[in-house]
Amino acid sequence: MKALADLWRRIRQSRAVMIIGGVLVVIVLAALIGPLVSPHDYLQTNFEQLLQSPTISDWRFFGTDDLGRDLFVRSMLGVQVTILVAVVASIVSLVIGVSYGAIAGYVGGRVDAVMMRFVDTLYALPFIFFVILLMVAFERNFLLIFVAIGAINWLDMARIVRGQTLSLREREFVDAARLTGVSTLGIIRQHIAPNLIGVVIVYVTLTIPQAILVESFLSFLGLGIQEPNTSLGALVDAGVNQMEGAPWTLLIPAALLAAILLSFNFLGDALRDVFDSRSSR
Amino acid sequence: MLKYALLRLLGAIPTLLLVIALAFLMVHAAPGGPFDDERVLPPETARNLAAAYHLDESLPQQFVRYLKSLLQGDLGPSYHYRDHTVSELIGMAFPVSLRLGALAMLLAVVIGVAAGSFAALRRNSLPDRVVMTLAMTGISIPVFVIAPVLVLLLAVQLQWLPAGWSGNEGVARFVLPVIALALPQVAYIARLMRASMIDVLASDFVRTARAQGLGTMAVVRYHALKPAMLPVLSYMGPAIAAILTGSVVVEEIFGIPGLGQLFVRGALNRDYTLVLGIVIFYAALVVLLNLVVDILYGAIDPRIRQR
Repeated sequence: MKALADLWRRIRQSRAVMIIGGVLVVIVLAALIGPLVSPHDYLQTNFEQLLQSPTISDWRFFGTDDLGRDLFVRSMLGVQVTILVAVVASIVSLVIGVSYGAIAGYVGGRVDAVMMRFVDTLYALPFIFFVILLMVAFERNFLLIFVAIGAINWLDMARIVRGQTLSLREREFVDAARLTGVSTLGIIRQHIAPNLIGVVIVYVTLTIPQAILVESFLSFLGLGIQEPNTSLGALVDAGVNQMEGAPWTLLIPAALLAAILLSFNFLGDALRDVFDSRSSR
Repeated sequence: MLKYALLRLLGAIPTLLLVIALAFLMVHAAPGGPFDDERVLPPETARNLAAAYHLDESLPQQFVRYLKSLLQGDLGPSYHYRDHTVSELIGMAFPVSLRLGALAMLLAVVIGVAAGSFAALRRNSLPDRVVMTLAMTGISIPVFVIAPVLVLLLAVQLQWLPAGWSGNEGVARFVLPVIALALPQVAYIARLMRASMIDVLASDFVRTARAQGLGTMAVVRYHALKPAMLPVLSYMGPAIAAILTGSVVVEEIFGIPGLGQLFVRGALNRDYTLVLGIVIFYAALVVLLNLVVDILYGAIDPRIRQR
């Protein structure tokens, strides 16, 4: 807990992190609250207001689509899906990646060599195609998509955690703990884990945009979230078909998606500067 | 060197087997068969159909059968396009995708290396910051957002370039798809190149070259460029996978009859054999190209061969 409080103090000092974090918080709050306060419903079609351009009046901030559905509510719903995929996929990749990397790094030797060779092998594969294969073979449901996305994004995490554990294991304070009779589990809990939190936070932040990207990619192709539900990828896809007459149907969800991805990538970079003074050159 | 190459080649075989087994299992573990969604067949017909496609055999038997025909380049019949085998369909679609992907890769390496080196030489200046911010933006924005926005801007609004594939001839129809496909990779390579060029420029041999009175351009060209490009070379593997992934979207958006479009159509039609065949083809391609990159890396950097 003390380690966490210490980290939070260091994070708070970085202006870049606070600004980008603020942008993300605003987007998330808008996505959660927007659909509740808007008088429009994400499903309701309105054939008198097809492809209306965005206005301030009547809560039509983002206009309507080709069925007269409100694009503000639908976009915010898409952002909700994005948040959900970010949470589920990052938890899955966190659990697999951290435990895999920590075991390989702490045990070391031949076990480490075999485990990391396996990671190298998986690294080379175009995993997104396997996710698509999974979507073809099984019924498309939310959870399967999200877990599959998390399951393909743990490799970076495993590598980083393994490297960090490997170097921590050799440090004097770990030797000292071992000499005074602290158990392996105790060493991992008290000495290794607190020192991993920094890199883990950075790589979770960098995994999130990758997960979001995969989900929106699948939905764009029509293989992810299905109608009448929607996601930013599905909205971009719909926008492509309407862009000649109604460019906002493409540009608004595209800009939202880009803003979210960009924010997470910049946040990851800024956090890396906070936790690793060497890379801030 | 030959031994190194052969060892690498042998190492690729288990990877390929793993991929094939994984893909095969995924498709065959799925509930329901490929003919379930059609009208209810009389039991006799259903049995004959299952026998014709060997669906009545046990899973290991089916897998061995699949592997055997795979070795002969036969990926089985397509369930959806009944007149064609999967190998025929891939053979028709792949050349288009290959040309597109190769052009995008070439563009990405040339521009990425140039932009990264430029930023490294003017480190922490305004141009460096601009290039790096652009690169971060390029990495973050997905191909399926870049491509339609480029079409909207350059094809629909300004009408400089054709938006579609069919009905257009010549080089012009390649321009937008190749740019859309290459942009994220340009960004990634530029970042890699900047970081490694900065490292190389700080190394002793560069300082020696400078001390001998060599100008900056000559130092970069004769001494720094080659070692600084090693990380870019090792990024080629992931880049190839990323370009394949991107080509799925780009071919869909521009209506290009390549492998990516075939794959998406197959997935939407639930054409099991076609999707399975293309996944295996993609994976084999990636493994093979990674092998080439590995061997090239060994050829350029002798330190790698020692391990």
